[in-house]
Amino acid sequence: MIVTETTPARIARIGFLGLWLVITIFPLYWIIVTSFKAPGDIFSYPLQYWPAEFSFENYVQLFEKADFGTYVVNSLVVSTAAATVATLISLLSAYVLARFEFRSKSAILMAFLVTQMIPTFIALGPLYLLMVDLGLVDDRFGLMLVYVAVCIPFCTIMLRGFFANIPDALEEAAMIDGCSRIGALFRVIVPVMKPGIVAAFIFNFVNCWNELFLSVTLMNKDENKTIPTALNGFITSFNIDWGSMSAAAVLTILPTMLLFAFASRYIVQGLTAGAVKG
Amino acid sequence: MTTVEERPPTRAGAPAPATPAPAPRRRRAFTTRRGLVVAAFMLPAAIFVGVFIYYPMLAGSQMAFRHWNLSNLTDTSWIGLQNFATIFADPAFGVILGNSVLWVVASIVPQLVIGFALALWLRRKFRFRGLYQALIFFPWAISGFLIGILFRWMFNGEFGVVNDLLMKTGLIDQGIPWLAQPDTAMFAVIIANIWYGVTFFAIMILAALQSVPDELFEAAALDGAGKVRTLFQITIPYISTTLALTVLLRVIWIFNFPDIIWAMTGGGPANQTHIITTWMITFTQKGDYGVASALGLIVVGLLLVFSAFYLMALRGKKEVSS
Repeated sequence: MIVTETTPARIARIGFLGLWLVITIFPLYWIIVTSFKAPGDIFSYPLQYWPAEFSFENYVQLFEKADFGTYVVNSLVVSTAAATVATLISLLSAYVLARFEFRSKSAILMAFLVTQMIPTFIALGPLYLLMVDLGLVDDRFGLMLVYVAVCIPFCTIMLRGFFANIPDALEEAAMIDGCSRIGALFRVIVPVMKPGIVAAFIFNFVNCWNELFLSVTLMNKDENKTIPTALNGFITSFNIDWGSMSAAAVLTILPTMLLFAFASRYIVQGLTAGAVKG
Repeated sequence: MTTVEERPPTRAGAPAPATPAPAPRRRRAFTTRRGLVVAAFMLPAAIFVGVFIYYPMLAGSQMAFRHWNLSNLTDTSWIGLQNFATIFADPAFGVILGNSVLWVVASIVPQLVIGFALALWLRRKFRFRGLYQALIFFPWAISGFLIGILFRWMFNGEFGVVNDLLMKTGLIDQGIPWLAQPDTAMFAVIIANIWYGVTFFAIMILAALQSVPDELFEAAALDGAGKVRTLFQITIPYISTTLALTVLLRVIWIFNFPDIIWAMTGGGPANQTHIITTWMITFTQKGDYGVASALGLIVVGLLLVFSAFYLMALRGKKEVSS
């Protein structure tokens, strides 16, 4: 910016940014600290802002009592598979929507946008019945199919934004040089779009990893639950075991945080390119 | 299709073929081929979205007009508007509608203001800006449900850190059972939602700000415009479209966002933190999909009306100003 900053303005800026950073970080700090407290210390008074002794007891309980490992595996398998398939399919549809003019184009885009605005709960009942008919209730493959469908609309819109930033001339040149359209797409465009594709994949993964209500509806047996479903089970039981709950929260946040730290720049870019839903 | 003859692609700079193919036929062949590519590339996405999103949504919509309860599936007869009548007759409905509006407005206004301030200040380059952005953007990567759990623990009446901090700073004398009393419970869930949603506004506004040409600010500075004037007469008008659309999308999204409330209070105490979508979940859990679907349609209707008015107001404003 051109305007030089006065001292009060500088103090105001640093103060505000600093305060917001503290506000943002604190809840996370608090849940991490809680997860490492010995079970007795969690409910001790005065509150300990730093654990008197670091204990892994909560984590051990989580894996011994709650079979948390199974939930982690379920979440990992379903989220990774769904995010991969959804990204591939969206890549094709986004390419067509970015590069071609055809009659139903605006209708398709509108149909995708509308899915972002209607509460999913309206679909839960019929979806459950549909999955019963397909024999896919309590099946990780079934949940994956549904997640793919849920990811596609936003992912398509997001990737379409990235395609718009790549000049047509690039694939035209490749096709003139003898590439097929598919060849041009995968050999020339995809490498250039890598940041966008990574962002789209991570976005899909995080969405599936965090999804609650669909998996609650479709996964009934304990061995099929994903992490959010399991947490939902913890919370509806009358007394919440805050130690295990904190440990579970930390383990749930960790993978998405790592991914996010790795690719936050691309995700911000992708969000603003797609600009529909947080 | 295989009989369609296609001209071999010419290398750039190569002389044009002497006899071009007859124009109408080439044109038709060209569009059919393109049509096939479009269809083939769109098909997988269309199938997934059609089968797993649109079909259940439409099927769900007609459930709103049927008796549809998991407890008695032999009777799924058409009952017209009876599910809607059940909803409107429930004294809780008025309260819950009011809560929904409060939830949206009280969440979105602070999100917009704080997000705008963050974006304005993040526009200036400073050391560790990248790291700072990554840190304050992190709430986005956490599920709303988990954020609800985080804040439920912090607002815990006995061992909550919020009470502890407020007592340490002398603002209150004794702990407040935040989530157990109606007024404070609503306040607490809204605080959690503000915390979560600021990031999205900051990202969108920052991106919009980066599209404002520097020359505009230079011109404003030359004309002697102060900071506040520059903000209201240049920056905000320039990004008004992005701002307006972001607000519209967020209103829709927050209205449909039960996760935080679900994890923090489950709608309690005594329905006082229910919004329409959390209420809808309770009906789903009771197996009463008829009433739940009717509520879903009410949500869609409200949002459609709101969007239409909002967009009309925007357009009216633009016409006046131009």
